[in-house]
Amino acid sequence: MAEHAAPAPVGGNFINAVTVSCLLLIALCVPISFFRYFYGLAAVTNLNDGYPWGIWVVVDVVIGSAFACGGFSVAMLVYIFNKGQYHPLVRPALLGSLFGYTLAGAGVLYDLGRWWNFWHILWPGYMNFNSVMVEVALCISLYIVVMWVEFSPTFLEKFGMEERRRKLNKVMFAFIALGTVLPMMHQSSLGTLLVVMGIQIHPLWNTPLEPLLYLLTAITMGYAVVLFESCVAASAYRRKIELNLLTPLAKVMLGFLLAYLVVRIGDLVVRGALPRAFALSLESFMFWLETACFVLPFFLIGSEVKRRNPANLFLAGVTLMLGGALLRINGFLIGYETGGSFNYFPSIWEIVGTAAMFSIEVLGYIYITRRFPVLPREA
Amino acid sequence: MTNRRDFLKGFLAGGTALAAGSAAAPASARETRQRPPDALGLLYDATLCVGCKACVAACKQANNNPAEFSTEDHLWDTPLDTSGYTFNVIKMYRSGTMEVKDQEENGFAFMKVSCMHCGDPSCVSACPVSAMTKDPETGVVGYDPDRCIGCRYCVAACPFGIPKYQYDSPTGKIGKCELCRHRSKDGHYAACAEVCPTGATLFGKTSDLLAEAKRRLALTAGARTVYPRGRLGGPDQSYEAPVNKYLQHVYGEAEYGGTQVLKLSGVNFEKLGMPDLPPHAAAALSETIQHTLYGNLVMPFAVLGVMTWAAKRNVVDTPSAEDTKESDHG
Amino acid sequence: MGSAFLREAESAADVVSRRLGISRREFLQICAATAGTLGLPAGAEAAVAKAVAKAQRPSVIWLHFQECTGCSESLLRAEHPTLERLILDVISLDYHETLMAAAGHQAEAARKSAMAANKGKYILVVEGAIPLKDNGIYCKVGGQKAVDMVKECAADAAAVIAIGSCASWGGMPSTHPSIPALASSSPTGASGVSEALGKPVVTIPGCPPNPYNFLATAVHFLTFGKLPEVDKLGRPLFAYGRLVHENCERRAHFDAGRFAMEFGDEGHRKGYCLYKLGCKGPETYANCPAVGFGDAGQGIWPVGCGHPCIGCTEQGVGFTKPIHQTAKVLNVSPPAQYPRIFEEQGKGASFAAAAALAALAGAAAGAGAMLTRNLGVSHKAEELEKAKSESSPGDTTIQG
Repeated sequence: MAEHAAPAPVGGNFINAVTVSCLLLIALCVPISFFRYFYGLAAVTNLNDGYPWGIWVVVDVVIGSAFACGGFSVAMLVYIFNKGQYHPLVRPALLGSLFGYTLAGAGVLYDLGRWWNFWHILWPGYMNFNSVMVEVALCISLYIVVMWVEFSPTFLEKFGMEERRRKLNKVMFAFIALGTVLPMMHQSSLGTLLVVMGIQIHPLWNTPLEPLLYLLTAITMGYAVVLFESCVAASAYRRKIELNLLTPLAKVMLGFLLAYLVVRIGDLVVRGALPRAFALSLESFMFWLETACFVLPFFLIGSEVKRRNPANLFLAGVTLMLGGALLRINGFLIGYETGGSFNYFPSIWEIVGTAAMFSIEVLGYIYITRRFPVLPREA
Repeated sequence: MTNRRDFLKGFLAGGTALAAGSAAAPASARETRQRPPDALGLLYDATLCVGCKACVAACKQANNNPAEFSTEDHLWDTPLDTSGYTFNVIKMYRSGTMEVKDQEENGFAFMKVSCMHCGDPSCVSACPVSAMTKDPETGVVGYDPDRCIGCRYCVAACPFGIPKYQYDSPTGKIGKCELCRHRSKDGHYAACAEVCPTGATLFGKTSDLLAEAKRRLALTAGARTVYPRGRLGGPDQSYEAPVNKYLQHVYGEAEYGGTQVLKLSGVNFEKLGMPDLPPHAAAALSETIQHTLYGNLVMPFAVLGVMTWAAKRNVVDTPSAEDTKESDHG
Repeated sequence: MGSAFLREAESAADVVSRRLGISRREFLQICAATAGTLGLPAGAEAAVAKAVAKAQRPSVIWLHFQECTGCSESLLRAEHPTLERLILDVISLDYHETLMAAAGHQAEAARKSAMAANKGKYILVVEGAIPLKDNGIYCKVGGQKAVDMVKECAADAAAVIAIGSCASWGGMPSTHPSIPALASSSPTGASGVSEALGKPVVTIPGCPPNPYNFLATAVHFLTFGKLPEVDKLGRPLFAYGRLVHENCERRAHFDAGRFAMEFGDEGHRKGYCLYKLGCKGPETYANCPAVGFGDAGQGIWPVGCGHPCIGCTEQGVGFTKPIHQTAKVLNVSPPAQYPRIFEEQGKGASFAAAAALAALAGAAAGAGAMLTRNLGVSHKAEELEKAKSESSPGDTTIQG
């Protein structure tokens, strides 16, 4: 607790190679958006009748929101499991989540074919409560609001609105609680989305335990993202890495990872799907790639000594993020077969669009950490 | 000590409930829905089909759909598959020398591809805004573009790959067969059945069509029988012809709980592009999981209650940044 | 075709047209029309003209058995060439019961002497079915059984042509009456010529056949010395190679699902497809929609006049299947453009997309690798410093 320094803006120059590249990518989105809205999705994407969801849904929304689980995972640790020592990680994690989820929501709107009707999904007269997507939409919408509230003390602090901040703090616990329940709901439901697709999902990723798998990976990815962000931010801002926090955090992450692997392998064995992993196919190859990413962290940061090396922490974080991303890509795209021989590979505009989306996040993260009190003040 | 208790509470409340919920799904499963008793549908007999594609032309006309080109000259409507603009298509199965019709080896066969009007439709379950609806009486699965948000979940959910989106339009809609429900008030029925010269596509109540299908399967190949055309129970257009060799399976009788469009064939259905589906609908499993976990929001509120209690205690315990600043100064 | 040949053909045309009393132009038009019916390539009319002009007129023996003489009547209405003008002058019709003036024993004697004089060189044409039941007693001409007569005449013939459905496969006389006791065969066992002779012959089925199907076949024989290509039933392919359904002018209506449901209804009056009224076009091989009848031009054939085709050329269809019974569609071999069950669709990786993805992935991997290395290096340095400070506890150096 003695090292619990107050958060403060990092300061420094906003314009550098990274931010300029991000701005360029974002600028490219202007013509892409023009064609997308005036000429339809076919003008900029490779979506087709066999692949209605491309990387704008799977990467921007499903994976993007999973990457944004840092806030949820850390809040759980600090406020539910009462590990107050991780408190300095809360704001940066929340910031990443804030952007991740807001952009996931924006990504949905960008991808919707009849986007002017988007409010229907939030309107009781239209809502179909049997649909998994309704729950995802409602939860994410509410969660975005909750996160802005959770993060608002940072803004209130910067703008010196102390009175409001204190009042807000009194009821913050309610929002924090919501902020732990809501992600559990929608992250698991993002997995349940696959269930109605039935036999179209390859047996290696087709299980009624889908919600549990997605939830566990989301939690794990949340910690992985915190490791990733901390290392990158520390390196970029030339600050010390809070190893004293990250090392034990990594251990918590491994605990959830182990739970996930047990459920995952157990599910494959019980359903009799494991033999499919040994067939010679693209699906089995991607399965092993995904599994390798989930197993590798145990070798990278399995021991206390290794966990003290930030390089290993960073790599483990990245590997885990990759594993979680692969689980989603494999379920929604690689392992998705709707009959017929449809091909899908994202178009250059889809790739640029996705890259731009992540650039907004990176840009926002950099700007806010530099100008607002998010990261702990360096001693 | 408090930490460990909270740890257990938090983790168990969230994760185990989820595991129990989704794993217990089969036990408290929502039953697969069956077709309504007066359900309307089609009987497609691939052995009667001669591939004339009158049904494809009639469907285009009945729905005011534009032509789709797959050849360079852009002269003829030649869709390769159903799409946002083509709701019915005849596909051809080819094997080896293609000598004998409806023969699996060295033969050829036709298959009509259009909405199956499932008894427990995945698209209706998936659609978040109730744009896909199943009529409680006729069982026809209809689409309302005014409700649709274009999320394409129905496209992903359908095991037959039927609903398709118009990607090339900035105001694209989903397109699929709706059994010509918009023509029923003029006394018409499904256009494909109306024009079929051989009665390969027959319209009627699915219960009657199922009986007719079973009747055909019970006959011996080569014997002569009467085949109706147009609409079962409508003006008699029947004719006599020899019975063909059928595969002893009415496709759509039990798949996903049963579909309102039934199919007969001489060639294995999977080779004709009709997937092998279990009798339990995917929609039933998906909704079971969802309602087990979120039914009446019981579990979410329970978990929320625990989290709120924990958060309230712990937020008070942890000093805020401002308090820390004060303690720094003070 | 050398110029000498052309000159010969030209002079031959002059000779023939003078002999026939028609203009040279008319004569050449007739040859061109005949060549067209046969489906011969452009320029072949010269060969036809030369063959026709040759003075040598082959002998033709024309037999009649169980027939209505409709085939001969159909031929009489031919105009290019007219039967009496050209064919009677091009061929030597030495025996034809309807057209010849002789009768009785005189006629039979003429036949025998013509057969003897042209042994091995005459063409035998048979019109009408030949009864085979009960030793073939149900048709006799001049006391001789039909089956014996046809065998005797066919023995020394250069070619045997069966004209009309009756001679081709038995036709109307061969159909089974709807009397259960007699349902297994026709009362007289009426059969086609090939069945009576026990060997295949050229057949020109139809009831009656389009006269030009016969005339073109005969002229082909005269021109090239052999009969045109035939299918396995002996039918010339140029006339019987395709189904009526394949050339029908109402085919588009069939394909679009527009049918006449009753005689006189709106669809019927609009000229819609007659399949649902029992049209046998889809299972009948003939060229009726292409050439029509009566020289009034294309479109003058049953379907063109609003009545479904009855399949008069096809054994098993004509006079066997009820006129309004739905036909079986035989040509169910759709074009190659028919969509397959599984069609490849969607775009794979474009060069730009793949390159962009590779670039992004590469950049990310590179940055990640560099970061990892830097972290590792600074970590090592820190560990070293810590180890140094721990190994020398008495050191008063202040940590930076």
